[in-house]
Amino acid sequence: MTALQDTTVKAPPRTLSERLVRIVGRSPVHIILGLIALVWLVPSIGLLITSFRPSADMRATGWWTVLFEPRFTLANYERVITAEDMGSAFLNSVFITIPSTLLPLVIASMAAFALAWVKFPFRDTIFLVIVAMLMVPLQIGFIPLVAAMRESGLPLLTTYGGVWLAHTAFALPFGIFLLRNFFITLPKDLVEAARIDGASNLAIFRTIIVPLSVPAIAAYGIFQFLWVWNDLLMAIIYAQDARIQPMTVEVTRLLGTFATEWSLLAAAAFLIMIVPLIVFISLQRYFVQGLLAGSVK
Amino acid sequence: MTAESPAADTTPATGRTSTPGGGFNWAAVLFLGPAALLLTAFLIYPTVYTFFLSFNRGRGGEFSEWVGLDNWVNLFTADPNFLRLGFPPSGALWNNVLWIVFYVSLTVLLGLIIAVMTTRVRYEALLKAVVFLPQAIAATSLAIIWRFVYSPDPDTGLLNSLLGVANVGPVSLLGSPDTVNWALIAVGIWGSVGFATVILSAAIKGISSEVLEAARVDGASETQIFWRIIVPMVSLPISVVAVTLVVNVVKLFDLIFVMTAGGPGTSSRVIAYSMYFEAFPQGRFGYGAAIAMVMLLLLIPIMIFNVRRFSAERVQM
Repeated sequence: MTALQDTTVKAPPRTLSERLVRIVGRSPVHIILGLIALVWLVPSIGLLITSFRPSADMRATGWWTVLFEPRFTLANYERVITAEDMGSAFLNSVFITIPSTLLPLVIASMAAFALAWVKFPFRDTIFLVIVAMLMVPLQIGFIPLVAAMRESGLPLLTTYGGVWLAHTAFALPFGIFLLRNFFITLPKDLVEAARIDGASNLAIFRTIIVPLSVPAIAAYGIFQFLWVWNDLLMAIIYAQDARIQPMTVEVTRLLGTFATEWSLLAAAAFLIMIVPLIVFISLQRYFVQGLLAGSVK
Repeated sequence: MTAESPAADTTPATGRTSTPGGGFNWAAVLFLGPAALLLTAFLIYPTVYTFFLSFNRGRGGEFSEWVGLDNWVNLFTADPNFLRLGFPPSGALWNNVLWIVFYVSLTVLLGLIIAVMTTRVRYEALLKAVVFLPQAIAATSLAIIWRFVYSPDPDTGLLNSLLGVANVGPVSLLGSPDTVNWALIAVGIWGSVGFATVILSAAIKGISSEVLEAARVDGASETQIFWRIIVPMVSLPISVVAVTLVVNVVKLFDLIFVMTAGGPGTSSRVIAYSMYFEAFPQGRFGYGAAIAMVMLLLLIPIMIFNVRRFSAERVQM
């Protein structure tokens, strides 16, 4: 399977003592990897356990004592969802994330198609400008865009509109870059044949390019979905009304009010994590692909 | 990466495939239009605006009063929260330097070590998934996980509980200016090692087993193999990971905002935090614009490198 494995697992051990020698000889690797797994799992598990502990218990003892006196409750989740507004913030996260994922998906695919398969003047220059835009930090937009949105007369900062537009625009350079690089690898014969048959660009885009690019589009979609869902900064700037703020912003408010109410904070933190964890576990392959494409290309 | 596809790229560029008659192409306008509009309005126009605003008082985010280089000069000479050169140096920009040096190098090193070690075990996929998991989680949640671990109360925070077992008094890592940046960098590393591991693991698997076998036959130790063969052979992916991590550092905000809000005092600020803090709570928009421009300037070398790479690729085709 792997280069290193092939060389270490050669002849199978014949006797028990041989097997023992091998296990002991390799145990440092297993011990170190075991420790690594603990360091990466225990902090999250501690918070998960805390989110289910009664807050009186949480104040009295550490979460690790549940091994001796397991007592669990859903009261923390109930309280943050209803009394502390994480329920409506969850819906806001959904309302912000879905359009902020679908809009860049459509707009970037279209632009990437033009840059890959339609001939027009300055096409390659435009692509290089988009490559340059990959590095423009979000902060460049904050002051001018907030000022423009405030003056536009449209309620952009108090509805989801502002945050949708900002997320969409700042997602485009990466999306166009990623998808254009995928689209140019598609077989040109298919596109040529369709053109000779008189297919329009729109038909080629819809019936050839998009169906063949589902893995790349899915990878970008998942990447963007998780990015927006997990984002705090853009929401602070462009979603200025408390009624439209997502969970990440709501949690920072909770932190201000309940700095040491760890049962509540833990429940709130896990409410943010549930959706990404489901996405990650069920679509891990696409997620890693998107990540690899984003950095190695 | 795209070396296999030169033909696919250049063919659409021939006249044969363009709209009959050539010249102005409506398809291009329709397909590229929405993206071009959004990018112009939300990236190009703001870049120009922010650039000019950095030479202005910028009251209310508008052009109010031209101040020349005042914002820039203040930023680098008169604002200890942004940069204080001295011994030891401090300030947001200096903290970013600490992050770049320690977070980037340790993340790459740990990622490399885990990638090499996991290639020898049967539970490779599971372990990589465990280490990778923080990549999927909001920095906000990650910050809460670690505020909890670092809690100074030994009956709450795991770290101080463990230190208590070793008879070390409770420490408040996030509460002291001497430790706060290290505590934050540790969390950053914890969050990013999975990314480095996944990318580097894929690269290490590309090394031919004959090379490693030959080295072993010649009596090379595992340490020698790691430093003399594996590291040089994956140097390109290592630099790709390192550049990505440097970009992460320049843009770092959520983790700092939730864990310390730049504190105690201003000791853990980073530039992205300073930009937010000066512009929004403080309303110093011209000053904030100058900080945003500093962020852009820090990223311009990477921008130039990317553009060069892609224009070179095009010529080569």
